[in-house]
Amino acid sequence: MRDAARLYVRYISASMRSQMQYRASFVFQTIGQFLICGIDFVAIWALFARFGGLKGWSLPEVALFYGMVHTAFAVTDAASRGFDHFPHMVKHGEFDRMLLRPRSTAFQLAAYTLELRRVGRFGQGFAVLVYALCAVEVEITAAKLALILFAMAGSFCMFYGLLVLQATAAFWTTESLELMNTVTYGGTETGSYPLSIYHDWFRKFFTFVVPLACVNYYPALAVLDRAEPGGFVATFGWYSPAVGLAFLLVSLRVWKLGVRHYRSTGS
Amino acid sequence: MHIVVEDLVKTFRIAERRSGLLGALAGVVRRRHRTVRALDGVSFEIGAGELVGYIGPNGAGKSTTVKVLAGILVPDSGRCEVAGRVPWKRRIEHVRDIGVVFGQRTQLWWDLPAVESFELLRDIYRVPAGDYRRTLDELVGLLDLAPLLDTPVRQLSLGQRMRCDLAAALLHSPRLLYLDEPTIGLDAVSKLAVRDFIRERNRSRGVTVLLTTHDMDDIEALCRRVILIHEGGILHDGPLDALRARVRPERRLIVDLADANGGIDDREAEVVAREGRRVTLRFDPARTPAAELIARIASRHALRDLFVENPPIEEVIARIYAEARA
Amino acid sequence: MRAYAAVFGARFRALLQYRAAAAAGLGTQVFWGLIRVMIFGAFYATAPQAAPMSFPQVVTYVWLGQGMIRLLIWRSDPAVEGMIRTGTVAYELVRPVDLYWLWFSRSAANLTAPTLLRAVPMYALAGLVLGMEPPASPAAGAAWAASVAVAVLLATSMCTLASISLLWTISGEGVSRLLPAAVWCLSGMVIPLPFFPDWAQPVLRALPFRGMMDLPFRIYIGHLGAGDWAGALGHQAAWAAGLVLLGRWALCRGQRRLVVQGG
Repeated sequence: MRDAARLYVRYISASMRSQMQYRASFVFQTIGQFLICGIDFVAIWALFARFGGLKGWSLPEVALFYGMVHTAFAVTDAASRGFDHFPHMVKHGEFDRMLLRPRSTAFQLAAYTLELRRVGRFGQGFAVLVYALCAVEVEITAAKLALILFAMAGSFCMFYGLLVLQATAAFWTTESLELMNTVTYGGTETGSYPLSIYHDWFRKFFTFVVPLACVNYYPALAVLDRAEPGGFVATFGWYSPAVGLAFLLVSLRVWKLGVRHYRSTGS
Repeated sequence: MHIVVEDLVKTFRIAERRSGLLGALAGVVRRRHRTVRALDGVSFEIGAGELVGYIGPNGAGKSTTVKVLAGILVPDSGRCEVAGRVPWKRRIEHVRDIGVVFGQRTQLWWDLPAVESFELLRDIYRVPAGDYRRTLDELVGLLDLAPLLDTPVRQLSLGQRMRCDLAAALLHSPRLLYLDEPTIGLDAVSKLAVRDFIRERNRSRGVTVLLTTHDMDDIEALCRRVILIHEGGILHDGPLDALRARVRPERRLIVDLADANGGIDDREAEVVAREGRRVTLRFDPARTPAAELIARIASRHALRDLFVENPPIEEVIARIYAEARA
Repeated sequence: MRAYAAVFGARFRALLQYRAAAAAGLGTQVFWGLIRVMIFGAFYATAPQAAPMSFPQVVTYVWLGQGMIRLLIWRSDPAVEGMIRTGTVAYELVRPVDLYWLWFSRSAANLTAPTLLRAVPMYALAGLVLGMEPPASPAAGAAWAASVAVAVLLATSMCTLASISLLWTISGEGVSRLLPAAVWCLSGMVIPLPFFPDWAQPVLRALPFRGMMDLPFRIYIGHLGAGDWAGALGHQAAWAAGLVLLGRWALCRGQRRLVVQGG
C-alpha cells in the first residue's frame, strides 16, 4: 500500500514537472477556469439579490451546497485525466503498454496526471465554501466540519466512479458517451442547489441512479440542521457519503470486466 | 525461460463498416462481421537463452502471437506456458519477468528526461536500489546513453530513443525479451549498435530473445533459428539457412556503370532491369559467391557504385507458400 | 467578394458533416436547459413579483440560449491557431485576397454551421415539449431573425479578433482563455441580463456582448418593445462594425510584426 502511494507521488510529480514547462499557458488557463466557474456563482448571487430567497433557502445555505460539490468535483476533474484520456489511448494502442506493466491498469490511469490548472475551479469552489461556512446561521462545529470533509470525499468518489464508467465504455464502443459528461458536469450543476427544489423524477434520478443526494444533499442538510431532528434523514446524512465510495468500488469492478473484454477480443 | 506454445488459435471478429447514411443506420441494427483467423494452430517451443527470429508478412499473426505470449491477449484455444506460467492467467506476475520493446512506440515518458523514465520504471517494477544502480550503469555503458540521460525523450533522435527503450526494457533484468521491429527506421550505425547489444545480452546474460522483424539483415546478423508464420500458420521452424535453402537461392547485384551506354554480360548473372546507368543482375549465391561475381564484373567494367541485395522476405515467403500449396 | 463567399461556403458545407456530434450534444443541452428551467421555477415560486419578466418568457429565453450556444463556443479559429503555431501563416499572407475577410469568412462558417446544426433540432424539441413559446408577434419574429443575423456578424467579428490576437503569443493566449468567461456571463447565457442587479444594467447595456444573445432573445419574447428594436439592432451593428475596424487595424500591425520577425 505504501509502495503504491510512493509510486503515485512519483508519477504525479513527474507529470506536474511536465506541465510546469508551459508556464504562461498554465497561468492563463487557471485564471480562465476560475472565472468561468466563478460566473456560475455570480449568477446565483444575482438571482438571490433579485428574488431574496429560494424556497426557504438562503444564499449562504445554497453556497454550502455549491461549495461542497464544486470543490470535490474540481479535485476529481484534476485527478481523473487518465480515464478521460483513455479512449484516445485505446484507439492508438497505448493501452497495451499499460498491460505490460506489473501494476493494475486502473492505478496506472489514476496516476497518469494531476492536472494543475483545474486548481482554478478548485479555488473558486473553495472560496464559495469558505464564504458559506462564515455566513451561514448555524454553528459549524468540528464534527460538522468533519462531516463536510467526509461528504466531499464521498462526492469525489462518486464523480470518479462516473468517469471510470465513462472510460470503461471505450472498451466496447469508439463513440464517446456524451451521457457521462452530462451526468458529471450536469451533476455538479444540479448539486449546486438543494435537491428539494427540483422536480420529483429529477430528484429520484440523482438519489437512486447517481447517488448525488447521498454525497451532497443529505450531509449538507445535516450540517445545516435542516432535517427533522431525530428523523431518518438527520442521522442518514452523517453516513450517506459512504455510498459514494461504494459507487466507486462498483465502477472499478465494471472496469475490470472491461479490461477482460479487451484482452479477449484484442483492440 | 522456456516458452511452450501448442495449437494456439485466435480468431477476431471485425465489424464491417457500411457506407452512407442508410448503411450506417442498418449497421446500428444489425452488424455484419468478418472473422479473421489470426492464429490457426500455432505450435513451437523456445528454450532458455535462445535468440529466435519470428518473421512473416504483415497480418501473418506475428503481433498476435507476441501479445498472447505477453499476456495481453487471451487465445480462443490452445496451450501456452512461459516459465511455467500461463501468461494471461496471472498478468502482473508474468509481466514482471518480461521486457517488451515496440519499434514504433516508445514506452518512455515524452516530456521527461530519459533518466526519469528509468526511475519511474524502477519503482513500477520494484527494482531494489542497488540492483537498479548496477544494471543502469551497465546498460548506460553498453548503449552509450550517458549524454542522453538528461535529455527529454521528445528531443531524442529515433536511434537514441530506441537505445533508451532497450535499456528501459531491461532495467528490471527480465529473463525474456520480446522485440517487435526494434530496428525499423534506424540509420545504419544505430542498427549495428542495437544488434550488438541484443547479441551481447543474449550471450552474456542468457536472456531469451524473440525478435519479430521485417528486416532480414537483423535476422541474418542475430538469429540462428527462424520461425516463419504466414496467415496464422507456421511454415518453417529451424535454421535460417534451411529457410533459404527451401527456395531457389538468389541474390541481386545492382551496379552503376561509369559508362552510361555500356552493358554487362556475364555467364553467371542475368540482367533483370536496366535504368540509365543502373543495371540490376540476378545470380545464384550458391553457385557464384557474391565476392567472386563482384570482382569479375568490377575488373571488366568501370563501376561507379554497387550494392548486393537479398530478395525481400516477402518474396522468399511467397515462394515458400506457393510451393507449400503446390 | 466571391472568393470570400466561396471560403465560407466550403467550410460551412464541411462542418455540416458533423451531424453525429451535433446530435450527441443535444442531450447534454436539454439536460442543462431543464436544470435552468427548474431553478428559475423554484425562484419564481418564492417571489414571482421580483422577476423582470414572466416565467414563460424566461423559459423561452433559456431554450433560445441553448439553441444558440455554438455561437459562443469558440476561443479562436483552430485552423488559424495551428497555422500561427507552425508558421504556415506565411502562406496565407501570400494569397491575393484580403486576409482579414478571409479569416472573417472562415470564422463565420465555423460559427454558423454548428449553430444551425444545434439550433434547428433544439428549437423543434423545445417548441414541442419543453415549453418554448413562439415569438411575441410575427413582427417580433422578423425582428428577431434580423437581430440574429447581426448577432452572427458580431460574434464573428469578435472571434476573428481573438484569432488575430494570437499573432501576439502571450496576449493571444490570454485573450483566448479569458474572453470566453466574459462573453459567457455578459451575453446572457448564464442568466438573462435583466436579472442582474439594477446598478449593473448600464454597464451591461454599453458592452457589446449582449448583442450576441440577450438582445435577439428579448426581441423574440417581447421583452423589448417594437420601439426599441431599431436601437437594439443599431447597438449590435455599431459594435460589429467597430470590432471589424479594430480587427483590421490589429491584423495590419500583426502582419507587419510577423514580417519583421520572419514568421
